[in-house]
This record gives sequence, C-alpha cells and structure tokens, in this order.
Amino acid sequence: MSLGNIFDIAGSGMTAQSLRLNTTASNIANADTVSSSTDTTYRARKPVFAAIQQSMLNPDTQGLGFSSSQGSGAGVRVEGVVESNAELQMRYQPDHPAANEDGYVFYPNVNVVEEMADMMSSSRSFQMNVDIMNTAKSMMQRILTLGQQ
Amino acid sequence: MAISFDKALGVHQYALEARVKRAEVLANNLANADTPGFKARDVDFQAMMQRAEQTVSGFGMTKTNEAHMDTTPVGSDSGLLYRTPYQPSVDGNTVDTQQEQARFMRNAMDYQASFQFLSSKFAGLTKAIKGD
Repeated sequence: MSLGNIFDIAGSGMTAQSLRLNTTASNIANADTVSSSTDTTYRARKPVFAAIQQSMLNPDTQGLGFSSSQGSGAGVRVEGVVESNAELQMRYQPDHPAANEDGYVFYPNVNVVEEMADMMSSSRSFQMNVDIMNTAKSMMQRILTLGQQ
Repeated sequence: MAISFDKALGVHQYALEARVKRAEVLANNLANADTPGFKARDVDFQAMMQRAEQTVSGFGMTKTNEAHMDTTPVGSDSGLLYRTPYQPSVDGNTVDTQQEQARFMRNAMDYQASFQFLSSKFAGLTKAIKGD
C-alpha cells in the first residue's frame, strides 16, 4: 500500500526539520560564546538537505504508470551539517578574561535575527509535515471502512 | 459464470490508486520544500486514467516477456512531470508550499469522492446479492 510511503516521506521531513531546529537552537545558545582565537570560536552550523530518490532504496518499484527510473521520490535526508564561513566578529575588550595578548576577543558568526527566521521557517515546515501525516492517516482509516454500510 | 470485479467496479479502483500515488508525489514535494535544487513534480492524472481505462476495456498492451519494449510514450504523458515554477528561487527549488498544500488537500478530497463511488459500488453489489 503506497499510502504507507506518505508516512515515511512526512516522517523524513519531520526528522530533517527537527535537525534544522536543533542546529538553530545550538547557534542561538552559542551566540555569545567568546574565544581568544579564531580556531576555537564557535561557528554557525547549517544543515544541508537533499532529496531521497526512490530508485536508491528499491530499484524495482513499479507502480501505476511510473517506470522505475522516475519513482515518486521518498522524502528528504540531511546530507550533513556545515559550518558557516562568514567572518567572525573581533571585538576589542582588553578587560575580558578571554582576551588575547592584543586585547581582542572573538565572537561567533551567528546572526541571531537570521536564526530566528530560520527557526520559524523550520517550525512551519514541521507543522506542514504533521498535517500531511494526519491527512494520510484519515485516508488510510477511510480505506479500512470500504464495503461497510 | 465468474464474477468480474474489474467490470463491476469500473474505473474507480484505478482512480483511487492514482489519487494515492498523487498524494505520495505531493507529500514528497512538501517534504522537500527546503531542499536546494529540488524540482517539484506532479502526475499527469488524465494520462493515468486513460491508461486505467485501457486496462478496463482490455485494449491495453501487456508485457508477457521481459524483452518486450515499453509502449508507454516517453515525455508528455509518462506519469511524472516537472512543475513550471511561478517565480525563480535562488537555491533552484521550485516547490511553492502554499500551492502544493492546496493541491494536496484537493487531492485528499477527490480521494474521498472516489472512495465514496467505490463504496457505493460495493453497497450495490451487496444489495444485489442479498436481494432485499
């Protein structure tokens, strides 16, 4: 039954979005984590999404009207988490305990406004996947009543 | 005399299957709403139904050997097509979330309609068997 595939697809979307929410939480939590050198400073983390192709999972799926080369897709996966290459903020704070010998401390390249927008976007996308799962569930429940009076 | 469910149920069982397939494709579009470079897709419902009607009427081509060529035409009506985006996006993603969600809901409604037809067919059959 291919209605079950919708659960997998929406589930993969929810996993991906919650990982995105996780990286956002980590970025915001570390927005003010200071360091005395560029190497040890926290950098904003971003997940990279990629589509899963059905042919990768099951090469001989052949449904109504679809040839195996063009399966309907099987959701989304997180290919990896990359660190942002944006420039770190260097601030002159000689009184800071973490200041280097020149009196500078390094702040992460986290843009809090951007992260908040990202958080809203991922939470909306998560909700959308939940909605899809609910619809698929009611479709499935309906098919179970087939033939009943 | 054998009872043919294919003849009794008509095209509705295929319509239901096509609706499920379309729901799957649209769910995949929505799951990939934030995937860079992802191209939104949809099924050509008319082509799918035409194929189903061929199956019902018995004029469709069937493969009886693996060496037989695929007779379904490539391109325009071979099931999955790519959507034309309303506006370009920087990351190459062509999913319009609102549009897709509206289509998904519409498809779920059409699924219910097809289901109702199929259910009525069964109710009719039951009535014919019981005779009351």
